[in-house]
Amino acid sequence: MVEFLHQLASGLALGGIYAIMALALVMIYQATQLVNFAQGEMAMFSTYFAWYLIDSGEPYWFAFVATALASFAGGLAIERVVVRPFARAPILASVIVFIGLSFIFNSLAGWLYGYSIQSFDSPFPSKPLLGNVYMSAHESGAILVTFVVLALVYGFFRFTPLGLALRAAAQNPVSSRLVGIRVGWMLAIGWGLAAAIGAVAGMMAAPIVYLDPNMMGGILLYAFAGAVLGGIDNPWGAVVGGFVVGVMENIVGAYVVGAEVKLSVALVVIVGVLVIKPSGLFGRPIVARV
Amino acid sequence: MSAPILEARGLKAYYGAVPALHGVDFTVEEGGVTALLGANGAGKTTVLRAISAMIRREGELEFRGAPLTARTTEDVARLGVAHVPDGRGTFTDLTVEENLRLGAYTRKDRANVKTDFERMYAYFPRLGERRRQQAGTLSGGEQQMLAIARALLLRPSLLLLDEPSFGLAPLIVAEIFRILKEINRADRVSLLLVEQNASLALDLADRAYLIETGVVVVGGLADAIRKDDSVRRAYLGY
Repeated sequence: MVEFLHQLASGLALGGIYAIMALALVMIYQATQLVNFAQGEMAMFSTYFAWYLIDSGEPYWFAFVATALASFAGGLAIERVVVRPFARAPILASVIVFIGLSFIFNSLAGWLYGYSIQSFDSPFPSKPLLGNVYMSAHESGAILVTFVVLALVYGFFRFTPLGLALRAAAQNPVSSRLVGIRVGWMLAIGWGLAAAIGAVAGMMAAPIVYLDPNMMGGILLYAFAGAVLGGIDNPWGAVVGGFVVGVMENIVGAYVVGAEVKLSVALVVIVGVLVIKPSGLFGRPIVARV
Repeated sequence: MSAPILEARGLKAYYGAVPALHGVDFTVEEGGVTALLGANGAGKTTVLRAISAMIRREGELEFRGAPLTARTTEDVARLGVAHVPDGRGTFTDLTVEENLRLGAYTRKDRANVKTDFERMYAYFPRLGERRRQQAGTLSGGEQQMLAIARALLLRPSLLLLDEPSFGLAPLIVAEIFRILKEINRADRVSLLLVEQNASLALDLADRAYLIETGVVVVGGLADAIRKDDSVRRAYLGY
């Protein structure tokens, strides 16, 4: 029983990381109907940036905030420079751009920081928090950070004029332009936010999976599974999906299939959802005339 | 005659490579109401889309003497030209209040925005009752009111209206036109009105133009247009 609770708890911690990655995917999906396959490598690159800052002697939380801000600027710049020119191109062209971006970031990280695995310290103490014996301090801390990020994102979209404009631009670009919203900039800001959120996911994941240029590959897959499960057009569905996938991955990995093949759980979830309920648990079915 | 707020000379517009307007001239007076009349597919909606830079356009288009043709849709709105589009352009997943807040998105004068909100809820009490409701669940008439209120929250000096009577019950149409008249007279908002219901439009308008297949066939003062035999037979039905 204790073992099971341990698995459940670390599943929740990982699930939180998948949840915020899934949120980043959904943000871009809602605005462009495209899945950013480079989201994981962008997050990995951000995490290396944080590692570099910490390694140069900066305090952890300074590095954390600086990395999130730098990632926002980076995401914004990527949209403006690399993604924008393909806005009117066929979907496949954008997909190729995303795959290209992921290779670029992967190689860039290897070239700048090396391919060897680095340890990435957790900002949380080594003793369990609040006498919680089922979770390591980092796991409880990661869950806490996840909820802070979710609360900030919710508050931003729900209560600020810019958040409202972002939702409007994603939903109805034509009407948005007619009220004076600069829709192009809203897309760029969406990319910036997704990159910043992804960076937080990377920094929370690194102490668990260690830092190397391929660290986010599996995480992106689980996040994608979470997003598909919850409904890729519903941010809160994607968050729930991320948590579910995290828990499921751990439980199934520990008791059913073994840790070696647990990544296939994500693939089973993706294929299963697409076959049984393509809109996901909380998504809306979309009917398109072709 | 006062100076025109909007003047088009030889305005052409295209859907892709296909020309839809072949050189249209018309004027909206400062504080005036201009009606664009014509059958389905004549190009009335296209004129409004051309003004708002939603499609490619050429020719002369001047707003208060400054050319509009190089401006983007967002900039035209920011200059004070609000557009109530064909199909109403509702943000269906957002609440009524959020739709209205988007109308005032570009404004910095927060205190005035607040009083303008109250004015809109006074003009359209139904919107006030439904302010927390998802806008997509409103009836057609309510969505039309929402579109007009959203456009007015921009505090425009010129309001472009694309068939505000379309698909609505006569009582609601009368109510909307009463409010449009009040907005024009009390707030001095100039109107450019596209309508299929010619008699309704001519009652409100001081100038009118009849458009057929992308060209103006008759244009001038609304009184003269109302008395024009061809207009009367084809569009007024008496």
